[in-house]
Amino acid sequence: MTPQSTFMIVATVSVGQLKKLRDLLGAMNKIPGHADPENALIPFCKFDQLHFARFVIIEANTAHEIREFGVNPRPWRPALAFLGDVDGDMHAFLADLVNNAEPGLKAIFSHCEDFSEENLDMLQWLQAHDIRPNANYVNWLGRTVKQIREEVILHQTLSRYLQEIAHDVDWEDIRTVRQKLLSHVEMEKHKGRLTLSLPEPTSREWKIRNLFHLLGVPLILLILSPLLLIALPFFALRLRMLERSDPELFIRPSYEHVKVLSVQEDWDVSNQYSVFGDVKPGLFRLLTFKFILMLTNYFARHVYNRGFLARIKTIHFARWVFMDNNHRVFFASNYDGSHESYMDDFINKVGWGLNLTFSNAVGYPTTTWMIKEGAQREHAFKYTQRRHQIPTEVWYKAYPGLTAVDLARNSRIRQGIEIRQENDAEIREWLRLI
Amino acid sequence: MKKTSDFEFNDLQGLLRFGYGGLTDTCFMLLDVVNVDMAREWLSTAPISSGIKASSLPDTAMQIAFSKEGLSALEISKTIIDGFSDEFIYGMVRSDNCSRRLGDVGHNAPKSWKWGNNAVPHVLLLLYAKQGGIDAWRKTVEDELFKKAFRLIRLLPTTDTGGNRMEPFGFEDGISQPTIDWALRQGTDPHERDRYSNLLAAGEMVLGYKNEYGQYTERPLIDPAKDPLAEHLPNAEDDPTLKDFARNGTYLILRELGQDVPGFWQFLDKVSDSEPNKREKLAAFMVGRERDGTPLIAEHIPGVSRKDHGNNFTYDLDANGVHCPISAHVRRANPRTGDLPSGVTGFISQLIRILGFGQKNHDADLVASSRFHRILRRGRSYGPTLSPEEAIQPDAPIAERGLQFICLAANISRQFEFVQNSWIINSKFGGLQQESDPLLGDREPLLSGENTDQFNHLDSLGAKQKVCHLPNFVTVHGGGYFFMPGLRALKYISSLTTKGSHNES
Repeated sequence: MTPQSTFMIVATVSVGQLKKLRDLLGAMNKIPGHADPENALIPFCKFDQLHFARFVIIEANTAHEIREFGVNPRPWRPALAFLGDVDGDMHAFLADLVNNAEPGLKAIFSHCEDFSEENLDMLQWLQAHDIRPNANYVNWLGRTVKQIREEVILHQTLSRYLQEIAHDVDWEDIRTVRQKLLSHVEMEKHKGRLTLSLPEPTSREWKIRNLFHLLGVPLILLILSPLLLIALPFFALRLRMLERSDPELFIRPSYEHVKVLSVQEDWDVSNQYSVFGDVKPGLFRLLTFKFILMLTNYFARHVYNRGFLARIKTIHFARWVFMDNNHRVFFASNYDGSHESYMDDFINKVGWGLNLTFSNAVGYPTTTWMIKEGAQREHAFKYTQRRHQIPTEVWYKAYPGLTAVDLARNSRIRQGIEIRQENDAEIREWLRLI
Repeated sequence: MKKTSDFEFNDLQGLLRFGYGGLTDTCFMLLDVVNVDMAREWLSTAPISSGIKASSLPDTAMQIAFSKEGLSALEISKTIIDGFSDEFIYGMVRSDNCSRRLGDVGHNAPKSWKWGNNAVPHVLLLLYAKQGGIDAWRKTVEDELFKKAFRLIRLLPTTDTGGNRMEPFGFEDGISQPTIDWALRQGTDPHERDRYSNLLAAGEMVLGYKNEYGQYTERPLIDPAKDPLAEHLPNAEDDPTLKDFARNGTYLILRELGQDVPGFWQFLDKVSDSEPNKREKLAAFMVGRERDGTPLIAEHIPGVSRKDHGNNFTYDLDANGVHCPISAHVRRANPRTGDLPSGVTGFISQLIRILGFGQKNHDADLVASSRFHRILRRGRSYGPTLSPEEAIQPDAPIAERGLQFICLAANISRQFEFVQNSWIINSKFGGLQQESDPLLGDREPLLSGENTDQFNHLDSLGAKQKVCHLPNFVTVHGGGYFFMPGLRALKYISSLTTKGSHNES
């Protein structure tokens, strides 16, 4: 298995360079916000291990909101973030990236501070500017871009062939139908038109690290549990105090802002989402936020890595990142469907989870006991998430037209090729997938 | 309030409560205001029908709604207009993004609409009358004052329904409608509503009341200190110091949809090898009901009267779409889903499902909970009737046929636009592949080139049967968003004076 990893290169944009940078990034696009996969700067299509990538100019448009808490906003200068999700080690990807797109990277990052082309080791520079997510979600651990593409071809091949033979086969004799399909797959493989590669062996280092994480986090929590238990009543008391006193900001986003965001949306079956805001002031909120994200990361890594994040099956990748010395938080996701349906999922399916994390962020609607209300305060929630959303200048998805559900289905079709179904009912179920 | 009769029906336009099915004749007019003072004068005495149930069927009825342009033309202050939702303010053709989401692309693109693409007419006036009575009613309404106040922009074609609810393709229409909880009795706690229920919070359909989230939908509220005229408006329930301009009002969504009836039946006939039974069966699969409205699913669900055969079912026991294909039009338009996937028996199983586990079916739980996405349909069809048997003839008479699709909802974005986008147009609805709504789909391929013009259903053996290359059966000819005010708000609109600066502080 090839586990996925992430990168997020962040650098402050030089004074006076913002517009030029935005224009340059815009030139990478084919349609608003969507990268031309073959663009000259970073030809994303050349990287077979890259699932998603985006360039975002992170601006603190909502920084003033923290004044409601009696705190002065911290200064923030627009920063360019280049982030993506890749198969295998992200360092290997960055090296590959520099090999194939160094001039493009230079052209882009030359608009940033702390970048000088003299004596520059591009790879080192990227690595030095990479920041790690506090929580990361991968829809299906180990499913590579290569696998996705092979399985798409498998699905198309089977679908076409099934349509061809549909009228000539006896549907009562379902085993023969399956046999025909299996033979066809073998034939296509033989002709070199279809490949179904075996997964790479999982690296021993990753396995050990993963095992340590799997056992380590509960172990530490177990050791700390007496302390946590003692702290719990105080935590609950403080939490309710804050939930009662924290200001709720009910500010409708300007239509101009909504327009800038929506011009990039709904061109294809998936969309991107980038959001940036302040952590509520005080150590209590920060520690709570960090603790919840630590748990989120744990469950995403070890439990929710097979196609669903609680009840949501439409998120491909997502990450939560603390920035500005833990004063701010950035969230990015790649999801299927429209923004409105994404919000519907957020409110109705995983409102509790969203409340747990984002109730620690400025502007989030009031929660009770951290899981109730919050996102269900529909307008306050929809306003705040849209207000804090920032446009993504360039977005790349390696498999346009395919939802996470499509990808899972294609993998099940492939499984059906490799593991024979036991009875007729199972065969029919498998055939229905095609 | 615990009784239906306690509801302020006297302030409500009747369309929110009745479909006026008994008034078979209609005349739907799109108007522009040409003289503001006269328009107000006319409005001040216009007999707009309220939601009070009369002892016998009235001879006529009249309903009115305004576009944002209409409210501006009537000099409603910008502060009030800004209190409406973005969808209403900026309209149905507000952006390419909106058009993409609504499927208004390709042959449905606003550029080829007959109306509503450049400027939305100010007023939508809906006249209803008993059979044969519409001409006289229209004449009465269009008095001298009316003619000076308004200009007719477009007369939307409608046809006498003759008392049946048949839409042009030949199917009984308007069967599934939410039951509105006028008595405001039902709780909105999400944890009480695991399964589908047809009973809907009044705030989903009427502004100024709690919606399914227990919240008040955004709407214009007025400070009476700054606007003395607002004194007679109802109080805002969530803030009694303010007056609620939109209470007992709602949004009216109008789309003129042309239907190619010969095209529909001829295509079905072709792919059914001209076998009438097969053709009929396929048509029922596409619609999700037989032509007389009989659902393809037999089941009794709590909360729906056993007598209401047309609505007494969910799709819970038909997860794969064996009886009713997942892509069937009525299944898309109202998937009858609850808040949680089916199979919740107690607290533990509820918890398991909330956490995303315990699903037998891979494609389970892909569709949103229905109660947040309901609409009240009040459309009327137009064009000469054509039976399927006539329609399949190569010389079937060509005529303009279709539906004046009208629906009411308190939240355009979450209700109408969501249903149209995520359920109707979406080629990935419920885990489907390459299928958009068999009736309404725009058939445009995805950006990746993937087709969306299939219709799949399962045969008796459970094998998937594909129908490919569906042509367009429905074409959008126009549309717009309107606000249908409560009667006190209508009074407010008509009592403004041209100086009209009541609400400027």
